[in-house]
Amino acid sequence: MGLDFAVVPEYLDRLLLGSAWTIGITLAAAALSFFGGILFAVIALYAPAVIRWPFKTFAWLFMGTPLLLQLFLIYFGLIQIGIDLPAVVAGIIGLGLHFAVYNSDIIQAGIRAVDKGQYEAGRTLGLSQAQTIRKIIVPQAVRAVVPPIGNNMIALLKDSALVSVIGVTELTLSSQLAISKTFRPFEFYLAAAACYYVINLALEAGLHRIERRIQVAR
Amino acid sequence: MTDQPFVDIRHAAKSYGSLEVLHDISLRVNKGEIVAIIGPSGSGKSTLLRAINDLDPLTSGEVWLEDTQVNEALPYRLYEKHINKVRQDIGMVFQHFNLFPHLTVRGNITLAPKMLKGISDAEANILAEEQLDRVGLLERIDYYPSQLSGGQKQRVAIARALAMKPKVMLFDEATSALDPELVEEVNLVMKQLAEEHMTMIIVTHEMKFAESVCDRVVFMDGGYVVEEGSPDVVFRNPVHERTRNFLRKHLQG
Repeated sequence: MGLDFAVVPEYLDRLLLGSAWTIGITLAAAALSFFGGILFAVIALYAPAVIRWPFKTFAWLFMGTPLLLQLFLIYFGLIQIGIDLPAVVAGIIGLGLHFAVYNSDIIQAGIRAVDKGQYEAGRTLGLSQAQTIRKIIVPQAVRAVVPPIGNNMIALLKDSALVSVIGVTELTLSSQLAISKTFRPFEFYLAAAACYYVINLALEAGLHRIERRIQVAR
Repeated sequence: MTDQPFVDIRHAAKSYGSLEVLHDISLRVNKGEIVAIIGPSGSGKSTLLRAINDLDPLTSGEVWLEDTQVNEALPYRLYEKHINKVRQDIGMVFQHFNLFPHLTVRGNITLAPKMLKGISDAEANILAEEQLDRVGLLERIDYYPSQLSGGQKQRVAIARALAMKPKVMLFDEATSALDPELVEEVNLVMKQLAEEHMTMIIVTHEMKFAESVCDRVVFMDGGYVVEEGSPDVVFRNPVHERTRNFLRKHLQG
Protein backbone atom coordinates (compact mmCIF):
# COMPACT_ATOMS: atom_id res chain seq x y z
CA MET A 1 0.00 0.00 0.00
CA GLY A 2 1.77 3.17 -1.15
CA LEU A 3 1.30 6.71 -0.01
CA ASP A 4 -1.54 8.64 -1.50
CA PHE A 5 -1.69 12.31 -0.57
CA ALA A 6 -4.59 12.85 -2.94
CA VAL A 7 -6.97 12.06 -0.03
CA VAL A 8 -5.73 15.01 2.00
CA PRO A 9 -7.38 17.89 0.06
CA GLU A 10 -10.76 16.28 0.58
CA TYR A 11 -10.35 16.81 4.34
CA LEU A 12 -8.49 20.11 4.05
CA ASP A 13 -11.39 22.16 5.40
CA ARG A 14 -11.42 20.06 8.58
CA LEU A 15 -7.69 20.33 8.99
CA LEU A 16 -7.93 24.10 8.55
CA LEU A 17 -10.77 24.31 11.04
CA GLY A 18 -8.67 22.20 13.42
CA SER A 19 -5.75 24.57 12.83
CA ALA A 20 -7.98 27.51 13.68
CA TRP A 21 -8.93 25.85 16.97
CA THR A 22 -5.29 25.11 17.71
CA ILE A 23 -4.40 28.76 17.08
CA GLY A 24 -7.29 30.01 19.19
CA ILE A 25 -6.54 27.68 22.10
CA THR A 26 -2.84 28.53 21.94
CA LEU A 27 -3.43 32.29 21.93
CA ALA A 28 -5.95 32.12 24.78
CA ALA A 29 -3.72 29.84 26.86
CA ALA A 30 -0.69 32.00 26.05
CA ALA A 31 -2.47 35.12 27.29
CA LEU A 32 -3.56 33.29 30.43
CA SER A 33 -0.06 31.94 31.02
CA PHE A 34 1.52 35.36 30.47
CA PHE A 35 -0.68 37.38 32.82
CA GLY A 36 -0.98 34.43 35.20
CA GLY A 37 2.81 34.15 35.16
CA ILE A 38 3.16 37.81 36.16
CA LEU A 39 0.58 37.40 38.92
CA PHE A 40 2.20 34.19 40.22
CA ALA A 41 5.65 35.80 40.15
CA VAL A 42 4.45 38.78 42.17
CA ILE A 43 2.75 36.46 44.67
CA ALA A 44 5.84 34.28 44.97
CA LEU A 45 8.08 37.28 45.60
CA TYR A 46 6.00 39.76 47.53
CA ALA A 47 2.95 38.12 49.11
CA PRO A 48 2.87 37.38 52.86
CA ALA A 49 3.92 33.85 53.82
CA VAL A 50 0.34 32.64 54.44
CA ILE A 51 -0.46 33.22 50.78
CA ARG A 52 2.99 32.51 49.38
CA TRP A 53 3.50 29.00 50.75
CA PRO A 54 0.19 27.43 49.71
CA PHE A 55 0.73 29.04 46.34
CA LYS A 56 4.27 27.67 46.00
CA THR A 57 3.03 24.19 46.86
CA PHE A 58 0.43 24.51 44.13
CA ALA A 59 3.12 25.66 41.70
CA TRP A 60 5.34 22.69 42.53
CA LEU A 61 2.43 20.32 41.93
CA PHE A 62 1.84 21.91 38.54
CA MET A 63 5.50 21.61 37.60
CA GLY A 64 5.98 18.13 38.97
CA THR A 65 3.05 16.32 37.36
CA PRO A 66 2.25 15.61 33.70
CA LEU A 67 0.22 18.15 31.79
CA LEU A 68 -1.93 15.33 30.42
CA LEU A 69 -2.91 14.30 33.95
CA GLN A 70 -3.72 17.91 34.81
CA LEU A 71 -6.02 18.13 31.79
CA PHE A 72 -7.80 14.94 32.92
CA LEU A 73 -8.16 16.36 36.43
CA ILE A 74 -9.58 19.64 35.24
CA TYR A 75 -11.94 18.16 32.67
CA PHE A 76 -13.05 14.84 34.20
CA GLY A 77 -12.13 15.42 37.85
CA LEU A 78 -13.82 18.74 38.44
CA ILE A 79 -17.18 17.39 37.26
CA GLN A 80 -17.31 15.29 40.44
CA ILE A 81 -17.29 18.44 42.55
CA GLY A 82 -19.89 20.08 40.36
CA ILE A 83 -17.66 22.11 38.04
CA ASP A 84 -18.59 21.06 34.53
CA LEU A 85 -16.35 22.93 32.11
CA PRO A 86 -16.61 22.71 28.32
CA ALA A 87 -13.63 20.77 26.97
CA VAL A 88 -12.17 23.83 25.23
CA VAL A 89 -12.32 25.87 28.41
CA ALA A 90 -10.80 23.06 30.46
CA GLY A 91 -8.04 22.74 27.87
CA ILE A 92 -7.26 26.46 27.88
CA ILE A 93 -7.23 26.60 31.67
CA GLY A 94 -5.01 23.51 31.93
CA LEU A 95 -2.51 24.71 29.35
CA GLY A 96 -2.64 28.29 30.64
CA LEU A 97 -2.03 27.40 34.29
CA HIS A 98 0.66 24.87 33.46
CA PHE A 99 2.65 27.36 31.44
CA ALA A 100 1.86 30.22 33.82
CA VAL A 101 3.85 28.33 36.46
CA TYR A 102 6.82 28.05 34.10
CA ASN A 103 6.50 31.70 33.03
CA SER A 104 6.30 32.70 36.67
CA ASP A 105 9.72 31.16 37.34
CA ILE A 106 11.22 33.12 34.47
CA ILE A 107 9.51 36.38 35.46
CA GLN A 108 10.64 35.97 39.07
CA ALA A 109 14.23 35.82 37.86
CA GLY A 110 13.54 38.91 35.72
CA ILE A 111 12.14 40.79 38.71
CA ARG A 112 15.11 39.88 40.87
CA ALA A 113 17.42 41.17 38.16
CA VAL A 114 15.85 44.65 38.14
CA ASP A 115 18.21 47.02 39.95
CA LYS A 116 17.29 47.82 43.54
CA GLY A 117 17.66 51.52 42.70
CA GLN A 118 14.59 51.28 40.48
CA TYR A 119 12.47 50.27 43.46
CA GLU A 120 14.00 53.00 45.61
CA ALA A 121 13.43 55.62 42.92
CA GLY A 122 9.76 54.66 42.72
CA ARG A 123 9.28 54.67 46.47
CA THR A 124 11.06 58.01 46.95
CA LEU A 125 8.68 59.64 44.50
CA GLY A 126 5.87 58.56 46.82
CA LEU A 127 4.61 55.53 44.90
CA SER A 128 3.34 52.65 47.02
CA GLN A 129 4.95 49.24 46.92
CA ALA A 130 2.19 47.92 44.68
CA GLN A 131 2.40 50.91 42.32
CA THR A 132 6.17 50.58 42.09
CA ILE A 133 5.94 46.87 41.31
CA ARG A 134 3.23 47.38 38.73
CA LYS A 135 4.55 50.41 36.89
CA ILE A 136 8.31 50.13 37.30
CA ILE A 137 9.50 46.65 38.25
CA VAL A 138 7.20 44.31 36.32
CA PRO A 139 7.38 46.18 32.98
CA GLN A 140 11.18 46.02 33.08
CA ALA A 141 11.25 42.39 34.21
CA VAL A 142 8.83 41.31 31.50
CA ARG A 143 10.85 43.09 28.80
CA ALA A 144 13.97 41.29 29.92
CA VAL A 145 12.35 37.85 29.84
CA VAL A 146 10.41 38.05 26.58
CA PRO A 147 12.80 35.67 24.72
CA PRO A 148 12.55 32.76 27.22
CA ILE A 149 8.80 33.30 27.57
CA GLY A 150 8.59 33.15 23.78
CA ASN A 151 10.24 29.74 23.88
CA ASN A 152 7.62 28.63 26.37
CA MET A 153 4.89 29.80 24.03
CA ILE A 154 6.29 27.64 21.24
CA ALA A 155 6.28 24.67 23.61
CA LEU A 156 2.69 25.60 24.52
CA LEU A 157 1.62 25.49 20.89
CA LYS A 158 3.01 22.00 20.51
CA ASP A 159 1.59 20.79 23.83
CA SER A 160 -1.83 22.08 22.80
CA ALA A 161 -2.10 18.77 20.90
CA LEU A 162 -2.74 17.15 24.30
CA VAL A 163 -6.19 18.71 24.56
CA SER A 164 -7.26 16.37 21.74
CA VAL A 165 -7.55 13.62 24.38
CA ILE A 166 -10.29 15.48 26.21
CA GLY A 167 -12.21 15.77 22.95
CA VAL A 168 -11.36 19.21 21.63
CA THR A 169 -11.41 18.96 17.85
CA GLU A 170 -8.23 20.89 17.28
CA LEU A 171 -5.62 20.03 14.69
CA THR A 172 -4.47 16.69 16.11
CA LEU A 173 -7.95 15.33 16.72
CA SER A 174 -9.11 16.61 13.32
CA SER A 175 -6.37 14.61 11.64
CA GLN A 176 -7.22 11.55 13.73
CA LEU A 177 -10.85 11.80 12.67
CA ALA A 178 -9.78 11.99 9.05
CA ILE A 179 -7.57 8.94 9.60
CA SER A 180 -10.42 6.95 11.11
CA LYS A 181 -12.40 7.55 7.94
CA THR A 182 -9.61 7.00 5.38
CA PHE A 183 -7.14 4.71 7.19
CA ARG A 184 -4.32 6.91 5.97
CA PRO A 185 -2.40 7.79 9.16
CA PHE A 186 0.90 8.65 7.52
CA GLU A 187 -0.58 11.18 5.13
CA PHE A 188 -2.76 12.93 7.67
CA TYR A 189 -0.22 13.00 10.49
CA LEU A 190 2.26 14.51 8.04
CA ALA A 191 -0.33 17.02 6.91
CA ALA A 192 -1.03 17.93 10.54
CA ALA A 193 2.69 18.21 11.22
CA ALA A 194 2.99 20.60 8.28
CA CYS A 195 0.15 22.71 9.70
CA TYR A 196 1.82 22.83 13.13
CA TYR A 197 5.04 23.84 11.47
CA VAL A 198 3.43 26.70 9.57
CA ILE A 199 1.62 27.94 12.68
CA ASN A 200 4.90 27.76 14.55
CA LEU A 201 6.64 29.85 11.91
CA ALA A 202 3.95 32.49 12.23
CA LEU A 203 4.21 32.39 16.03
CA GLU A 204 7.97 32.78 15.89
CA ALA A 205 7.65 35.69 13.48
CA GLY A 206 5.17 37.33 15.85
CA LEU A 207 7.44 36.81 18.85
CA HIS A 208 10.33 38.22 16.89
CA ARG A 209 8.40 41.38 16.17
CA ILE A 210 7.51 41.79 19.83
CA GLU A 211 11.16 41.33 20.80
CA ARG A 212 12.27 43.91 18.27
CA ARG A 213 9.73 46.47 19.41
CA ILE A 214 10.80 46.03 22.99
CA GLN A 215 14.48 46.36 22.08
CA VAL A 216 13.73 49.73 20.52
CA ALA A 217 11.87 50.86 23.60
CA ARG A 218 14.97 50.84 25.81
CA MET B 1 15.56 82.22 58.17
CA THR B 2 12.78 81.14 60.47
CA ASP B 3 13.16 79.89 63.99
CA GLN B 4 11.40 76.62 63.45
CA PRO B 5 13.60 74.16 61.56
CA PHE B 6 12.31 72.84 58.27
CA VAL B 7 14.03 69.49 58.46
CA ASP B 8 14.80 68.38 61.98
CA ILE B 9 16.80 65.27 62.74
CA ARG B 10 16.68 64.48 66.43
CA HIS B 11 19.07 62.01 68.05
CA ALA B 12 19.31 59.83 64.98
CA ALA B 13 21.00 56.49 65.61
CA LYS B 14 21.31 53.46 63.45
CA SER B 15 23.02 50.14 63.83
CA TYR B 16 23.26 46.92 61.91
CA GLY B 17 23.52 44.37 64.70
CA SER B 18 26.48 45.47 66.78
CA LEU B 19 27.78 47.80 64.06
CA GLU B 20 26.75 51.36 64.80
CA VAL B 21 26.70 53.50 61.70
CA LEU B 22 25.05 56.62 63.14
CA HIS B 23 25.60 57.81 66.70
CA ASP B 24 23.04 60.18 68.15
CA ILE B 25 23.06 62.74 65.35
CA SER B 26 20.97 65.89 65.51
CA LEU B 27 20.79 68.22 62.57
CA ARG B 28 18.43 71.09 61.84
CA VAL B 29 17.98 72.56 58.41
CA ASN B 30 16.06 75.77 57.87
CA LYS B 31 13.78 76.60 55.02
CA GLY B 32 15.77 77.62 51.97
CA GLU B 33 19.01 76.51 53.54
CA ILE B 34 21.54 74.48 51.60
CA VAL B 35 23.54 72.03 53.67
CA ALA B 36 26.41 69.90 52.45
CA ILE B 37 27.30 66.68 54.23
CA ILE B 38 30.89 65.68 53.60
CA GLY B 39 33.13 62.96 54.97
CA PRO B 40 35.02 59.83 54.03
CA SER B 41 33.23 56.77 52.67
CA GLY B 42 31.63 54.78 55.42
CA SER B 43 31.19 57.87 57.56
CA GLY B 44 27.40 57.42 57.54
CA LYS B 45 26.59 60.50 55.46
CA SER B 46 24.53 58.62 52.86
CA THR B 47 22.81 56.60 55.57
CA LEU B 48 21.84 59.82 57.32
CA LEU B 49 20.53 61.32 54.08
CA ARG B 50 18.52 58.18 53.32
CA ALA B 51 17.05 58.29 56.82
CA ILE B 52 15.47 61.65 56.03
CA ASN B 53 12.87 60.03 53.74
CA ASP B 54 13.00 56.78 55.74
CA LEU B 55 14.55 54.83 52.88
CA ASP B 56 17.06 53.57 55.45
CA PRO B 57 15.02 53.57 58.68
CA LEU B 58 16.73 54.70 61.86
CA THR B 59 17.14 52.38 64.83
CA SER B 60 16.17 55.27 67.09
CA GLY B 61 15.60 58.98 66.82
CA GLU B 62 13.17 61.14 64.93
CA VAL B 63 13.07 62.90 61.60
CA TRP B 64 10.68 65.79 61.14
CA LEU B 65 9.70 67.73 58.07
CA GLU B 66 7.92 70.86 59.25
CA ASP B 67 5.10 69.58 61.48
CA THR B 68 5.21 65.99 60.30
CA GLN B 69 7.27 63.23 61.81
CA VAL B 70 8.60 61.36 58.80
CA ASN B 71 9.48 58.14 60.63
CA GLU B 72 6.40 58.04 62.82
CA ALA B 73 5.84 54.62 64.38
CA LEU B 74 2.56 53.39 62.85
CA PRO B 75 1.00 50.04 62.01
CA TYR B 76 2.22 48.83 58.61
CA ARG B 77 -0.74 49.95 56.49
CA LEU B 78 -1.02 53.36 58.09
CA TYR B 79 2.72 53.83 57.89
CA GLU B 80 2.68 53.02 54.15
CA LYS B 81 0.00 55.64 53.53
CA HIS B 82 1.79 58.16 55.69
CA ILE B 83 5.24 57.65 54.19
CA ASN B 84 4.00 57.72 50.60
CA LYS B 85 2.43 61.09 51.33
CA VAL B 86 5.49 62.46 53.09
CA ARG B 87 7.87 61.29 50.38
CA GLN B 88 6.00 63.35 47.81
CA ASP B 89 7.43 66.37 49.63
CA ILE B 90 11.00 65.04 49.69
CA GLY B 91 12.75 64.86 46.34
CA MET B 92 15.72 62.57 46.05
CA VAL B 93 18.49 62.32 43.49
CA PHE B 94 20.69 59.24 43.42
CA GLN B 95 24.30 58.64 42.48
CA HIS B 96 23.27 56.25 39.70
CA PHE B 97 20.31 58.35 38.48
CA ASN B 98 17.86 55.43 38.68
CA LEU B 99 15.86 56.63 35.71
CA PHE B 100 13.23 54.17 34.52
CA PRO B 101 14.79 52.69 31.37
CA HIS B 102 11.48 51.46 29.91
CA LEU B 103 9.98 54.96 29.88
CA THR B 104 10.89 58.05 27.88
CA VAL B 105 12.10 61.17 29.60
CA ARG B 106 8.50 62.38 29.52
CA GLY B 107 7.29 59.10 31.02
CA ASN B 108 9.90 59.25 33.76
CA ILE B 109 8.80 62.72 34.81
CA THR B 110 5.03 62.29 34.50
CA LEU B 111 4.61 58.80 36.02
CA ALA B 112 4.45 59.78 39.67
CA PRO B 113 2.52 63.08 39.26
CA LYS B 114 -0.10 61.31 37.14
CA MET B 115 -0.50 58.45 39.59
CA LEU B 116 -0.33 60.43 42.81
CA LYS B 117 -1.69 63.87 42.04
CA GLY B 118 -4.49 62.85 39.72
CA ILE B 119 -3.54 65.30 37.02
CA SER B 120 -4.54 64.82 33.39
CA ASP B 121 -2.19 63.79 30.59
CA ALA B 122 -2.23 67.33 29.24
CA GLU B 123 -1.35 68.85 32.62
CA ALA B 124 1.34 66.24 33.13
CA ASN B 125 2.86 67.10 29.77
CA ILE B 126 3.00 70.77 30.62
CA LEU B 127 4.58 69.87 33.94
CA ALA B 128 7.20 67.71 32.23
CA GLU B 129 8.01 70.46 29.75
CA GLU B 130 8.35 73.04 32.52
CA GLN B 131 10.66 70.89 34.59
CA LEU B 132 12.77 69.81 31.61
CA ASP B 133 13.12 73.40 30.53
CA ARG B 134 14.38 74.16 34.02
CA VAL B 135 17.23 71.69 33.57
CA GLY B 136 17.77 72.69 29.94
CA LEU B 137 16.72 69.42 28.32
CA LEU B 138 13.36 70.21 26.78
CA GLU B 139 14.47 68.93 23.37
CA ARG B 140 15.17 65.49 24.86
CA ILE B 141 11.61 64.93 26.10
CA ASP B 142 10.93 61.94 23.84
CA TYR B 143 14.30 60.25 24.28
CA TYR B 144 14.86 57.11 26.30
CA PRO B 145 17.36 57.26 29.17
CA SER B 146 19.76 55.00 27.26
CA GLN B 147 20.02 57.70 24.60
CA LEU B 148 21.28 60.31 27.09
CA SER B 149 24.70 61.07 28.52
CA GLY B 150 25.31 60.63 32.26
CA GLY B 151 25.00 64.34 32.91
CA GLN B 152 21.75 64.51 30.98
CA LYS B 153 20.39 61.50 32.85
CA GLN B 154 21.09 63.16 36.15
CA ARG B 155 19.44 66.40 35.02
CA VAL B 156 16.36 64.41 34.00
CA ALA B 157 16.43 62.70 37.39
CA ILE B 158 16.45 66.14 39.02
CA ALA B 159 13.54 67.24 36.81
CA ARG B 160 11.65 64.08 37.78
CA ALA B 161 12.09 64.86 41.46
CA LEU B 162 11.14 68.52 40.96
CA ALA B 163 7.94 67.57 39.15
CA MET B 164 6.53 66.40 42.49
CA LYS B 165 7.02 70.00 43.77
CA PRO B 166 9.00 68.83 46.78
CA LYS B 167 9.68 71.00 49.82
CA VAL B 168 13.20 69.70 50.17
CA MET B 169 15.65 68.02 47.82
CA LEU B 170 18.15 65.36 48.87
CA PHE B 171 21.20 64.72 46.71
CA ASP B 172 23.10 61.50 47.33
CA GLU B 173 26.46 61.98 45.61
CA ALA B 174 24.68 63.20 42.52
CA THR B 175 27.85 63.78 40.52
CA SER B 176 30.05 60.92 41.80
CA ALA B 177 29.21 58.55 38.96
CA LEU B 178 29.77 61.12 36.23
CA ASP B 179 32.73 61.63 33.95
CA PRO B 180 34.60 64.78 35.07
CA GLU B 181 33.53 66.80 32.05
CA LEU B 182 29.85 66.10 32.79
CA VAL B 183 29.92 67.19 36.42
CA GLU B 184 29.63 70.88 35.69
CA GLU B 185 26.26 70.73 33.91
CA VAL B 186 24.70 68.98 36.92
CA ASN B 187 26.36 71.40 39.33
CA LEU B 188 24.93 74.29 37.35
CA VAL B 189 21.41 72.92 37.73
CA MET B 190 21.95 72.52 41.46
CA LYS B 191 23.30 76.07 41.70
CA GLN B 192 20.24 77.33 39.91
CA LEU B 193 18.02 75.53 42.44
CA ALA B 194 20.04 77.14 45.19
CA GLU B 195 19.34 80.54 43.71
CA GLU B 196 15.65 79.69 43.72
CA HIS B 197 15.99 79.01 47.47
CA MET B 198 15.14 75.34 47.30
CA THR B 199 15.96 73.67 50.60
CA MET B 200 18.69 71.18 49.80
CA ILE B 201 20.71 68.60 51.66
CA ILE B 202 23.64 67.48 49.59
CA VAL B 203 25.95 64.56 50.26
CA THR B 204 28.98 65.25 48.13
CA HIS B 205 32.67 64.70 47.53
CA GLU B 206 32.97 67.98 45.66
CA MET B 207 34.47 70.35 48.16
CA LYS B 208 34.67 73.30 45.79
CA PHE B 209 31.01 72.96 44.93
CA ALA B 210 30.05 72.64 48.59
CA GLU B 211 32.08 75.72 49.41
CA SER B 212 30.60 77.88 46.68
CA VAL B 213 26.95 76.84 46.96
CA CYS B 214 26.19 75.72 50.50
CA ASP B 215 25.24 77.79 53.51
CA ARG B 216 26.49 75.20 55.94
CA VAL B 217 28.83 72.24 55.84
CA VAL B 218 28.55 69.18 58.06
CA PHE B 219 31.62 66.98 58.34
CA MET B 220 30.90 63.39 59.37
CA ASP B 221 33.29 60.62 60.28
CA GLY B 222 32.68 57.20 61.79
CA GLY B 223 28.96 57.86 62.26
CA TYR B 224 29.49 61.13 64.18
CA VAL B 225 29.09 64.73 63.18
CA VAL B 226 32.61 65.92 63.86
CA GLU B 227 32.24 69.51 62.84
CA GLU B 228 29.66 71.78 61.32
CA GLY B 229 29.56 75.41 60.37
CA SER B 230 29.74 77.86 57.50
CA PRO B 231 31.89 76.74 54.56
CA ASP B 232 34.39 79.43 55.49
CA VAL B 233 34.94 78.00 58.93
CA VAL B 234 34.84 74.31 58.04
CA PHE B 235 36.99 74.59 54.94
CA ARG B 236 39.39 77.40 55.99
CA ASN B 237 39.63 77.10 59.76
CA PRO B 238 38.46 73.67 60.85
CA VAL B 239 38.69 73.07 64.57
CA HIS B 240 39.13 69.33 64.56
CA GLU B 241 42.17 67.37 63.53
CA ARG B 242 40.04 64.80 61.69
CA THR B 243 38.43 67.51 59.57
CA ARG B 244 41.84 68.92 58.72
CA ASN B 245 43.16 65.50 57.70
CA PHE B 246 40.16 64.82 55.51
CA LEU B 247 40.28 68.22 53.84
CA ARG B 248 44.03 67.99 53.21
CA LYS B 249 43.33 64.97 51.02
CA HIS B 250 40.33 66.51 49.26
CA LEU B 251 41.12 70.18 48.81
CA GLN B 252 44.32 69.90 46.80
CA GLY B 253 44.74 72.07 43.75
